[in-house]
Amino acid sequence: MKHEVFSETPLLEIQDLTVGFADRRGFLMAANRVNLRLPKNYTLGVVGESGCGKSVTLRSLLGLVPYPGEVIAGSILWMGQDIQKMSKKELERIRGKEISMIFQDPTSCLNPVFSIGDQITEMLRVKLKMQRHKAFDRAIELLAHVGISSPERRLTEYPHQLSGGMRQRVMIAIAIASQPKLLLADEPTTALDVTIQDQILNLLANIREETGMSMILVSHDVGVVAQNADYVAVMYAGQIMERGNAQDVLHNPRHPYTRGLLNAIPKIEQVGQSGPLEPIPGQPPNLTELPPGCPFQPRCPYVKDDCTKVSMELDRPEPEHGTACCFVE
Amino acid sequence: MDTLNDKPLLEVNNLSKYFHGKQTVLNRLMKKPPPKLVALDGVTLNLNRNETLGLVGESGSGKSTTACCIIRLYEPDNGSILYNGQDVLAAHADELREIRREVQLIYQDPYKSLNPRMTVRATISEPAKVHGLVDRAGGEKLVKNLLDRVGLPSTVADLRPRALSGGQRQRVAIARALSLRPKIIIADEAVSALDVSIQAQILNLFEELRRDLGLSMILIAHQLSVVAHLSQNVAIMYLGRIVEIGSTSEVFLRPRHPYTAALLKAHPSIETSRCHTPALTGEIPSPYSIPKGCRFNTRCKFTDALCFEVDPPSTEVTPGHYAWCHVLPEYDKITSKQS
Repeated sequence: MKHEVFSETPLLEIQDLTVGFADRRGFLMAANRVNLRLPKNYTLGVVGESGCGKSVTLRSLLGLVPYPGEVIAGSILWMGQDIQKMSKKELERIRGKEISMIFQDPTSCLNPVFSIGDQITEMLRVKLKMQRHKAFDRAIELLAHVGISSPERRLTEYPHQLSGGMRQRVMIAIAIASQPKLLLADEPTTALDVTIQDQILNLLANIREETGMSMILVSHDVGVVAQNADYVAVMYAGQIMERGNAQDVLHNPRHPYTRGLLNAIPKIEQVGQSGPLEPIPGQPPNLTELPPGCPFQPRCPYVKDDCTKVSMELDRPEPEHGTACCFVE
Repeated sequence: MDTLNDKPLLEVNNLSKYFHGKQTVLNRLMKKPPPKLVALDGVTLNLNRNETLGLVGESGSGKSTTACCIIRLYEPDNGSILYNGQDVLAAHADELREIRREVQLIYQDPYKSLNPRMTVRATISEPAKVHGLVDRAGGEKLVKNLLDRVGLPSTVADLRPRALSGGQRQRVAIARALSLRPKIIIADEAVSALDVSIQAQILNLFEELRRDLGLSMILIAHQLSVVAHLSQNVAIMYLGRIVEIGSTSEVFLRPRHPYTAALLKAHPSIETSRCHTPALTGEIPSPYSIPKGCRFNTRCKFTDALCFEVDPPSTEVTPGHYAWCHVLPEYDKITSKQS
């Protein structure tokens, strides 16, 4: 499909990214040797259950891993430059200007004591060095762009006066204010109702079409990722289990975990004719006590002796459809 | 079967619940009443024996308020609730205690609904002891049986909730609800907070319980796929009203209310590709100011003049499938107009 775009220099390249957290209870690896490439004008979806390392991977791209977490190995190349080696000043230039981020909960991301207008213009004035009145004009444009009616009036309002969907629109307006090349979206619609989720995802798709912005969309909802991403990575216990073209991965999954995940989802198309679901047995592993070998091995229906001994690597290079399991075919 | 068993186990008729906002100084000066929030406005539904009824709708549509009104955690302002032929709203304290024993609620967040200081054993056996269903020895046996029933090892009995995962906690909450031998379980978003692989385990457990114990269930969820999977009948709620009700396959395959069709279209699925226009524009109106006429008219694409004037009556589109809409567009028409 879009494989030719992978031959160019990627916008973002993550190599062997490993993020560890250490506290008195022990040490855990929230992301373990994650490799990903993101070309221009491309949407990468990351799916996985809670605690699989998808948010941590995303946050590490902007150096936002919460304490006591730390990137302990690997490199993050932003247009060929290593983000880890950048000075604080250089990083500050990229953050919010070239790479923006939106989060799950717009309520806790907006400052309750500043008006919407103040919060959008702050971004424009600090990052783009705009003058105050120009910034206000631009903020009105931005609000109109993200589908907020009567933007002049909204500028003077405070976050508590807006609904959840509106707040997420404001967050998107702030994120796209500097026309970033990459938008990191961490569960952007999880807190919203299904019809509002639909509106927000449509809005993001339109913005991407107009500006050619790339996006990394993290979600636990396979349906959301399937409908919005070109390329998908499935994560489990900090590792990428499978990745490839979204349609390939989600319609012809190669890894037992991806298969299990897809079988466990009730499907609305099968209304009235569905038998019991096939849940994945057991519990997700505790990251401080990962099982030896493949992390999915204790729950895997196809487990073999070797699974406990070797740690799996993705079997094909990007952008091909690779899986971190060598026993299923 | 005798006549009593033919009647629905739970009949909710014309249930209404209003909350009153704070009286402001300005309102008092202008001699206006405090603002009235319409949470439920004439909800009618029946739950049959051994049936799962799905309640679907956006936040603020009144799903949880309905659940709370049924066991009188909120006192409804209007309407009637008959449980097994008995008037719930007129029940005295001891009758109500018996009704609440038989109608059990399971909440969304098992991190908040379990007492962090009580062991699993105490959590499960205490309600049965309070209701005098078991003595000390019986309680021990009950805990063992119920843990087995919900698929937990008996070793968890001495643990406290903090040692359990989200899925395990939800199983404990289910075991606690089952300890009172209920006839109806109301699951208020009971699987929403769980991960997909765990959610499937709990959904299968619900289905087993219904089949093996003959339970009836009201399943409140915002995820259409969960309701489609588990329930035989479904009611779609919008702004305190039911807008469409019927058998799940009928409502989901041939919806006649534009709101139901929009929900189905907005549901992200791996089988379908995303449409390029949103299924619905705008947001749910404030329950303080319900639109005149049909309450969906602010977001509907099929409105005619009547929709802004008259509240739509119910129409039986096929036997047992009712929709509250003046226009009643056919489903193929709805999808073609929306895409």
